[in-house]
Amino acid sequence: MTSPAIHIHDLSKIYVVNEREVGVKAALKSLVYRRTRDIHAVDGITFDLAPGEIVGFLGPNGAGKTTTLKMLSGLLHPTAGEVSVLGHVPWKRDKEYLRRITLVMGQRNQLIWDIPALDSFELNRAVYRIPPEDYRLMLGELTELLELGPLLQKPVRNLSLGERMKCEIASALLHRPQVVFLDEPTIGLDVTMQRRIRTFIAEYNRRFGATVLLTSHYMADVEALCRRVVVIHHGHLLFDGDLSNLVQQFTAHKTIVVQLGNCQSDLNSYGDVVSCSDGLVTLRVPKAETAHVTERLLADLPVIDLLVEDPPIEEVIERIFAQEPL
Amino acid sequence: MKALRELYMQQFKTTFIMMLQYRASLVIWMMGHVLEPLVYLIVWSIVSNGAGGSVGDYSTHGFAAYFIVLMLVNHLTYTWIMYEYEYRIREGSLSFALLKPVHPIHSDIADNVSAKLVTLPFMLLIAAGLAAIFKPAATPALWAVAAFVPALLLAFILRFLLEWTLAQAAFWTTRTGAINQIYFVLVLFLSGQIAPIALFPYPIRVAATVLPFRWMIGFPVELLLGRLTPSDALTGLMAQAIWLGVSLVLLQIAWRAGVRVYSAVGA
Repeated sequence: MTSPAIHIHDLSKIYVVNEREVGVKAALKSLVYRRTRDIHAVDGITFDLAPGEIVGFLGPNGAGKTTTLKMLSGLLHPTAGEVSVLGHVPWKRDKEYLRRITLVMGQRNQLIWDIPALDSFELNRAVYRIPPEDYRLMLGELTELLELGPLLQKPVRNLSLGERMKCEIASALLHRPQVVFLDEPTIGLDVTMQRRIRTFIAEYNRRFGATVLLTSHYMADVEALCRRVVVIHHGHLLFDGDLSNLVQQFTAHKTIVVQLGNCQSDLNSYGDVVSCSDGLVTLRVPKAETAHVTERLLADLPVIDLLVEDPPIEEVIERIFAQEPL
Repeated sequence: MKALRELYMQQFKTTFIMMLQYRASLVIWMMGHVLEPLVYLIVWSIVSNGAGGSVGDYSTHGFAAYFIVLMLVNHLTYTWIMYEYEYRIREGSLSFALLKPVHPIHSDIADNVSAKLVTLPFMLLIAAGLAAIFKPAATPALWAVAAFVPALLLAFILRFLLEWTLAQAAFWTTRTGAINQIYFVLVLFLSGQIAPIALFPYPIRVAATVLPFRWMIGFPVELLLGRLTPSDALTGLMAQAIWLGVSLVLLQIAWRAGVRVYSAVGA
């Protein structure tokens, strides 16, 4: 059995933050006495990633995703727990380790703003000691896959958000990292650009066998790229497994879509009517009652068509994040 | 070593390209470097003329020589790292530097040196223009000119390391402006920027000898102008070497502690 590319065991991070009440009195009091509070950003999470695996790392804002990625990339020192990435302890920040990983943050820029991306790429070539031939080949591949051709000569400030993101990703991958941490790489991009970046990540993973841990709020990213997802909330691990199992585990309902001649008014007796338009009715029914409700619908109503399906992944995730009972 | 040389060469190129982008800001920075010593030069020329042509050992033309050379030395040893560091930490760009497999100080050194190389010809032209106007007078010996080169180099390294170390304060406070202000006032007085150290009262001359500031700016200037004995020069070079060693140790301590804080509270 191969050893995992990423091994995380009982990982925790507690931030100690200063706290005070509002007002002048509280401000003066805080000069002599400071009250602090522990924030458990990550609370005892455990999971592994096999070499070459792409895993979606999901959770609402503040769940602890970015904190975890920063611990994995060596930017943050954990409060407790073990982490090993490619056999290295990340926060020791060995040069050898840093040459084998990358972190792309969709909301932060690495490229030098006022000069063409190609000049920043050249600097990265020297920083990562990429041999000239490898650099030429990799730049060629990235240019082709991300369609960077006309963008490389323009000052970064003149690029659109999507164009800049493509250049950011290329810049972060020039040294051909074996482990790639992607923190919302498609944030703010239009649908076409999101799809292009998604396709590229899949292709990079396929060509180079890289291990990818991806956070994204766009479920389309996760569905397209990740068979497996890890879900955290309030720093705790909620789920680790196949995306399809996530739906099974966290949903107690099914969706029945019925095509009728027109919208019936008394369908509430079959389940919760989610929508009704042009005779197409969507019902939400408890999972255990699906067969019975379907039978009743077919027996009672002039059904043209009927489809039983799991609720959309967005809906499931939304409910998990909102911590509603499912 | 080859990889580091390659890194420096590439950083030189990048800084050069960036400087061509920021031409206006470059001119403004250079104007600042010219105006400050020029103001002191004019003030001291007026004082000297009013006092019958000299103050202490400095004649009016001696002041001209002092401040013109000081302008060049200050320009060559100046760093802007203390202004930048807080921004790097606040905006998170330091995180990306920490993810790279080279110490961030290398890109700062290369960036600083290349900026100096690009601007030096212009500063030399300005110095020549000022020399034509103010007619500086100095009588340097050949050995002093030769000793000026290592003294200038040590002055640059010392100032760079010290200011890089002080810049690390940004790891602990987001308001480094006050620290920078105290530092710049100390430099102004005790490095010989506002007036040659020899003109200050005895206690200040002692303070200037003990503290690092004079060795970063005033000492190479005095050396080149032939105002030091060989023994003074040797003492100065030794003082530079000692402070350089101290700065190097302080830098490592501050950097390690700073990164520890950074990686504890969130990057």
